[in-house]
Amino acid sequence: MVDTDLDKRFDIHEIAKNKLNELERFQCSIYCCHSTGCKSSGSDDIIDLIKKAIVDHGIEDKVRVVATGCMGLCAQGPLIRVEIKGQKDVLYKRIEPLIARLVVTEHVVPALNLKEGEIFELPNFLQEHVLSLELPFFTKQEKVVLKDAGHMDPEDITEYMAHGGYLALEKVLKTMTPAQVVEEIKKSGLRGRGGGGFSTGMKWEFAAKVPTVDEKFIICNGDEGDPGAYMDRSILEGDPHSVIEGMMIAAYAIGATEGWFYVRAEYPLAVERLEKAIKACKKNRLLGNNIMGTDFCFNVDIRLGAGAFVCGEETALIHSIEGARGTPRPRPPYPTNKGLWGKPSCVNNVETLGNIPKIILKGADWFASFGTETSKGTKVFALTGQVEHSGLIEVPMGTTIDEIVNEIGGGVPNGKKLKAVQTGGPSGGVIPADKMDLPVCYEELKKVGSIMGSGGMIVIDDTQDMAALANFYLDFTVDESCGKCAPCRIGGKQMLLLLEKINKGKGTKQDLADLKRIATAMQKASLCGLGQTAPNPVLSTLKFFESEYLDKLVDNKPASKEEK
Amino acid sequence: MDQNSLGAQVAAKWRKKRGSLIMALHEIQGVKGFVPWQDAMDLAEGMGIPLARIYEVLTFYNFFKLDAPGKAVISVCTGTACYLKGNDKVLEEFKKELGIGEGESTPDKMFHLQSVRCVGCCGLAPVCVVNGKTYGRLTPTDVRGILEEWRKKLSEDEELA
Repeated sequence: MVDTDLDKRFDIHEIAKNKLNELERFQCSIYCCHSTGCKSSGSDDIIDLIKKAIVDHGIEDKVRVVATGCMGLCAQGPLIRVEIKGQKDVLYKRIEPLIARLVVTEHVVPALNLKEGEIFELPNFLQEHVLSLELPFFTKQEKVVLKDAGHMDPEDITEYMAHGGYLALEKVLKTMTPAQVVEEIKKSGLRGRGGGGFSTGMKWEFAAKVPTVDEKFIICNGDEGDPGAYMDRSILEGDPHSVIEGMMIAAYAIGATEGWFYVRAEYPLAVERLEKAIKACKKNRLLGNNIMGTDFCFNVDIRLGAGAFVCGEETALIHSIEGARGTPRPRPPYPTNKGLWGKPSCVNNVETLGNIPKIILKGADWFASFGTETSKGTKVFALTGQVEHSGLIEVPMGTTIDEIVNEIGGGVPNGKKLKAVQTGGPSGGVIPADKMDLPVCYEELKKVGSIMGSGGMIVIDDTQDMAALANFYLDFTVDESCGKCAPCRIGGKQMLLLLEKINKGKGTKQDLADLKRIATAMQKASLCGLGQTAPNPVLSTLKFFESEYLDKLVDNKPASKEEK
Repeated sequence: MDQNSLGAQVAAKWRKKRGSLIMALHEIQGVKGFVPWQDAMDLAEGMGIPLARIYEVLTFYNFFKLDAPGKAVISVCTGTACYLKGNDKVLEEFKKELGIGEGESTPDKMFHLQSVRCVGCCGLAPVCVVNGKTYGRLTPTDVRGILEEWRKKLSEDEELA
C-alpha cells in the first residue's frame, strides 16, 4: 500500500526546494576540498580554522563552509574556493593555517561589508595564493561526471537533490519502461569506463533479457587497482549519490533486485561517504520497497576488497564479493547469465554509473554530442607523473594527448622534455612524444598498442629509462597474478627474470627474443585480462624505444655505439 | 569457544549475511591490527566456515596481516607516480634507517615497514603514510625526521598510558 502523506514528506522536489531556499540565504560559500589528496596535505585543520574564524566574526548566518570532494588540482592542495554573491569566484592554492584565517578576515569579511555593485579588490598578499580560474587546466575541461564534485557537500543528500539529484531516477520510474531506459543508454553510445569499453547499453540489454527467476544483481566495480589512478575514488568521495542513482537506474533497466558496491579497502574515505549516502537514501525511502511510490524495490550493500589487483576482473570480483579468493574463471558463461551466487549479474564501473543520471536527464543526444564517432561523452583521467599540474581532469573523448599534457597539464616541469605518456596502467602501454596529436578514444589508443584503461595517464620525462619502467609494471603484475593459470603464473615470472637480466646489463639478443616470444604466448593463452595484458608495457616500450633495450644487451654493445 | 572473543562476536554479526567472510576479517583486523590465530578459529566455528578456507582468503589478499605489526605502520607508496618521482630511494632509506626489510617489524615492535600500491595522493608524490598521516613530496633526507617524530610520539603515548 502506498502512503500518500509519507510520499509528500519524502518528495524530492519539496526537499530540493527547501534546500535551495536555505542555500539562498547565504551570501558566501567557502568550498574546501576534503578529498584524500587535500586531506593528506592538511585540509581538516584548515576547515576547522575557517569555521572558527567565521564564528569569531559572527558571520555564520551569512557564510557557509562546505567540505567537498575533489576539485582537481591535487598537486596544489589544500584548495579552497570562495564564492561571494556579486563578486568573482576565487580559488586558493596550498592553503596554510595562517592564510586560511587571512582569507576570512581580509577577503570574506571586507567583501561582505561592501555595498551592492562595489567590486572587491583582493589584497596583494592574498593574490599570491590565488590560482587563476582562467588556467587552461580549468577552462579546457568539460565536466559531466565530476560536475558537482568539489561544489557541494557529498555527505548531504538534500544538497545533491538541490543540484537535481534523483530527478533522473524519478523520470525513469514514472515515465519510462525498462526497455526505453536501455534504448536511451544504447543511443547515448556510453561505453564501459573501467577500461574494456564495451557498450553499456548492450550489456544492460543482455542482462535485461535474462529472466529474473528469484534474484538478479547489479554490481558496481570500484576496485580501482591501477597504481597511479584515482578517478573512481574521487567520484565516490565527491559525489557518491550520483553513482547510487546510476546504479538504481541500471537496476530498474535490467530488472535487478539487489545492488553491490565493491570498493577497495584502501579507500576508507570513499567507503565512509558511500555508507553515509546509502544510509541517507534509506532514510529518505530512496532504497527499500516501493521506491517513490512505484513497484520498484531495490536495496544495496557494500563489500570491501582487500588488496588484490586481479579483483578488478569481473569474475574475480564476483568471487571476492562471495567472500572467497579473488580468482577469475573462464567466460562464458558471462556474469550477465551466471554471476554472483550463480545468478545473472551486471557489472558496471563507478564512472560508468556516474554518467547515467546525466544521460537520462539531458538525453542521449546531448551526451553523444561530446566525443568522437565511436567514443562518446567525456572521460575522467588522473593526470600524474612528471607534469606541472598533476590532478584529476575530465575531458571530452577525442581530446588530443597534447592538449591534455601540455595545455591542461601545463607540460613537463623543470625544463625537461616529454618522452612519452603512459595510459592504462599495468595493462596499458606508452605513447611516444612524437604521437602527441593522437585523440584520446578507445580505438586510437588501441592502434598504437596502448589502451584507454580506467583513466590513469602518466607523464614521463626524458630522464626515464623505459626498460626500467616496463620492469616496474611487470614486477607489479607478476606480484598480483593470482596463480590460477600457467601462462600468467609461469610466463610472467620468466618474463620478469629476463627483463631484470637485461636491465642489469647481462641480457643477450636471445633473451630479448625469448622475452617477446613469452609475451606473445601470455597474451594469447592467459585466462583473464590481467595475464593477457601484463606483457603490454614491455611490448609497447619495445615497440617505440627498442634501442634502449638493445643498448643494454651484452652482445650488442658495438652496434649501439655505431647507431649513436 | 569463548563467546566473548572478538572472533565469536564478529561471527555472530556477519554469519547470516551473504559473502561476509572478508568483511568479518576486516572487522577483526580493524580492532586488533592483524588477524590473530585464535580469532580466526573462533570465526571459523561461529560462521561455520572451515579454517582452511579462512586461511586461504587471509593469505590471498595483501591487506590482511597474520602477525602483530609494529606500533607505527609505515606504508611507502610504490604506485607509478611515486615510482617516477623516485620513491624507491625513500623506501631504501627507511630500510637502512630501521634495519628491516619490507613487510617486517623492528625487534622493539616500534615500526612496521611496508610498501603499498598507490594511496591515491599522486599529486603529492612521492608519498608515505604513517598510521594514517600522509607525508608528501618526500626525499630520502626526510626519512630520519619522520622516524624521530614518531619515536617521540610513541614514547609520549607510552608515558601517558
